[in-house]
Amino acid sequence: MDIPYTVEVRRDTGLTNGKIGIWLFLASEVMLFGALFASYILIRTGAPTWPRGDTMLNVPLATVNTIVLISSSVTMVMAWASLMRNRFGTFRIYMGLTILCGLGFLVIKYFEYSAHFHEGAIPSTNNFLAIYFTLTGLHGLHVLGGMAVNAYFWGPGAKLWKTNPTWFTNRVEHAGLFWHFVDLVWIFLFPTLYLL
Amino acid sequence: MSDHTAAPMAGDHAVDIDKHVRIYISVFVALMVLTIVTVTVSRFHLPVPIAVTVALLVAIIKGSLVACYFMHLISEKKLIYAVLGLTAAFFVVLLVVPVITVHDGFWIH
Repeated sequence: MDIPYTVEVRRDTGLTNGKIGIWLFLASEVMLFGALFASYILIRTGAPTWPRGDTMLNVPLATVNTIVLISSSVTMVMAWASLMRNRFGTFRIYMGLTILCGLGFLVIKYFEYSAHFHEGAIPSTNNFLAIYFTLTGLHGLHVLGGMAVNAYFWGPGAKLWKTNPTWFTNRVEHAGLFWHFVDLVWIFLFPTLYLL
Repeated sequence: MSDHTAAPMAGDHAVDIDKHVRIYISVFVALMVLTIVTVTVSRFHLPVPIAVTVALLVAIIKGSLVACYFMHLISEKKLIYAVLGLTAAFFVVLLVVPVITVHDGFWIH
């Protein structure tokens, strides 16, 4: 049986089921990161002293990572726009760039983490590092998950374009919504952890 | 984006997408500038309450640009707004309830 409302919109909602599904999922993600942000506030306000992020973390590397992730959001939305213009080749280029940006983000994060571990700075060292590794680690897993989905649509999943281009375009749009959410979370993590 | 859900298009719709692409590039430039602003302001070592306010204000502007234009929330269907409104309400409760139970928070002194 075919999945209903993947291409045409439901009359009662005006949306495809996939669109509603991804937004409900993102709503649950807001609560997940919200709980961790609430934990951060509680831990920080309850601590007698709290280090400034830039005294313990590498701000230049994190700034580069912010630029990389914002750039990946632009390439992601351009990938979707390319499909809307029926330009599959351009879609492949932009989606490839998005995946590469995601990879670049994780590589930079790897160097950051390696430097911390080399200095003996691990989650159990203090509360600041505990919440830093928890938040950035969970965010990194989201980047990895988003990259896996994007790689699927860049590679084997792209076969759908030949048989049902509208459905494929919608699926890329939904993957894009997740990717932009991951970017959005980083926009708040960066100043919270590194600059304050 | 919901206006374009029935995608791939041509003709007038392609012109519409071209307009969107120009907006995406403008938003990208704005996000870059705001990132530089965030980092620059942090170097002034402002008092914590002011630094938090400025950093969160810039982050909220950047987040709104991503949500409104890249995620197309500026032109979504009512059901999506309803879902997000409910999420925002619970998110505020999630942040506020634990905080008001703490009596030694820095803003309570």
